[in-house]
Amino acid sequence: MTFKSIFQKDQTKRSVLVEGLVVPDPARCVQCGICSFHCPIEIDVRRHAWTGTPVNDSHCLTCGECVARCPRGVLRFERIDIFEK
Amino acid sequence: MNQKTYVIVGTGAAGIGGAEAIRAHDPRGKIILVGDEPAGFYSRPGLAYYLTGEIPEEQLFPLSQAEFKQARFDWITATVLRIDRDNRKIVLDNGVVLDYDCLLLATGASSRKSDLQGADLDGVVELDNIEDARRILQHSRKAKRAVVLGGGITALEIVEGLVSRKVQVHYFLRGDRYWGNVLDETESKIVEHRLIEEGVRIHYNTDAEAILPGKGGLFGRKPDQVAGVLTKDGVEIPCEIVAVAIGVVPRIELARDARLEIDRGVLVDEGMLTSDPHIYAAGDIAQAYDSFAKRAVLDVLWPVARDQGRVAGANMAGGEAVYTKEVPLNVTRLAGLTTTIIGTVSTGGRDDDTKGIVRGDSETWRTIPDALVSQSGFDVNRIRLMVGEKTLLGAIVMGDQTLSSPIHRLVQDQVDISSIKDQLVDGTDVSGVISDFWSKVR
Repeated sequence: MTFKSIFQKDQTKRSVLVEGLVVPDPARCVQCGICSFHCPIEIDVRRHAWTGTPVNDSHCLTCGECVARCPRGVLRFERIDIFEK
Repeated sequence: MNQKTYVIVGTGAAGIGGAEAIRAHDPRGKIILVGDEPAGFYSRPGLAYYLTGEIPEEQLFPLSQAEFKQARFDWITATVLRIDRDNRKIVLDNGVVLDYDCLLLATGASSRKSDLQGADLDGVVELDNIEDARRILQHSRKAKRAVVLGGGITALEIVEGLVSRKVQVHYFLRGDRYWGNVLDETESKIVEHRLIEEGVRIHYNTDAEAILPGKGGLFGRKPDQVAGVLTKDGVEIPCEIVAVAIGVVPRIELARDARLEIDRGVLVDEGMLTSDPHIYAAGDIAQAYDSFAKRAVLDVLWPVARDQGRVAGANMAGGEAVYTKEVPLNVTRLAGLTTTIIGTVSTGGRDDDTKGIVRGDSETWRTIPDALVSQSGFDVNRIRLMVGEKTLLGAIVMGDQTLSSPIHRLVQDQVDISSIKDQLVDGTDVSGVISDFWSKVR
């Protein structure tokens, strides 16, 4: 792995965090609530999984805590392109 | 137009899914939910994480009372005694009789009871509802040892809950491996190995003869309390808890007594309608056609229950929704190892530890597909694919879940994998082949 590729990987990760949203897959969710329990700013992530809507809350830090904690792989980051690049 | 009255029997995922769908289609209708669960609506699968201490009890409730009020759901805690189909009424055990225009049966499944001698002793537990989880936690505060009987996901949920509460667990397996009709031998061994690492003592080829009561005395276990388990080989294992998870039974008594068409569950059409034009069924009790198994099957899966409830609710309110069964999927933790089970995965093994269906289970999984088996990885990260003529028919993904969603989509959408079939069957780099293929077809 070159220095450049490390940098690019890091940049991609940052872009996803900044421009991405947490997106649920309701087919996997059993509403256990671990996601909401661990959200540092108390967003009810579980509710988004219930309604099948992305966590489009402007307060979301995209810290990834809910994504990492979900025991069933319900949540993922998805890059939302607001502006064409 | 007159206000319609919808009655829903059952307050689990199917019942609530139904109620929400009715309200979305009919803002004026009267919706009455009747259930015998005093705690109301909570995440039944979440009880596993409550037992391990990962979430507190109050976290199990996805919807607040305010939300129910806002949706104008009437809630009655009672047991339904019978359905009077001719007059469209149901009779409750509290003497109330309710009229309905449309009825949804979403009564779920309850655990199969043990017929062992001593099964009524204090300390014999199961994991069917929130009250059972509370009881397990209460017993585990004082208990040092437990014997777990049964199989499937629920048995391991109890095992892991007890281990996390520092209870020494003895797990009895009637055969020589865990969940043999869904997992293959390697997968069973991976799970068993992890359980042993956690300190669980697995007793292979062991069956319980009786649950033993205490003998009394000043410091001994009381005669109405569990004191141990006697095996069929005559060995006594002292313990304070005996947990039983030998499967679940769909609660179809009301439907049977009302002479609706039933098989193992209540038979429904693609709109979740039963043999009565005013009665729908959804969730664990509904036996719906599965295009993957090519027969009507039972599923005891939360998302399936909710989807079926939504379809039933929409149709009760005059819609024309069709339930298209997705490939059955569950993501679960087996001995701490995240495991996704997708589609038809059986390799024809037996499971003597449970009877019929278990929680978090689909009958479809036990269908033996006409497929070649492709597998990679023999440590904790493992993928087993059931490779059909042109498509993937099922998969088990253990450990690393990176490819769990892509494989789910490939099975669900019946994507033609002919171009990579030989490489998959060859099995040298299943993950890499799937990964490359997915990046091209997604």
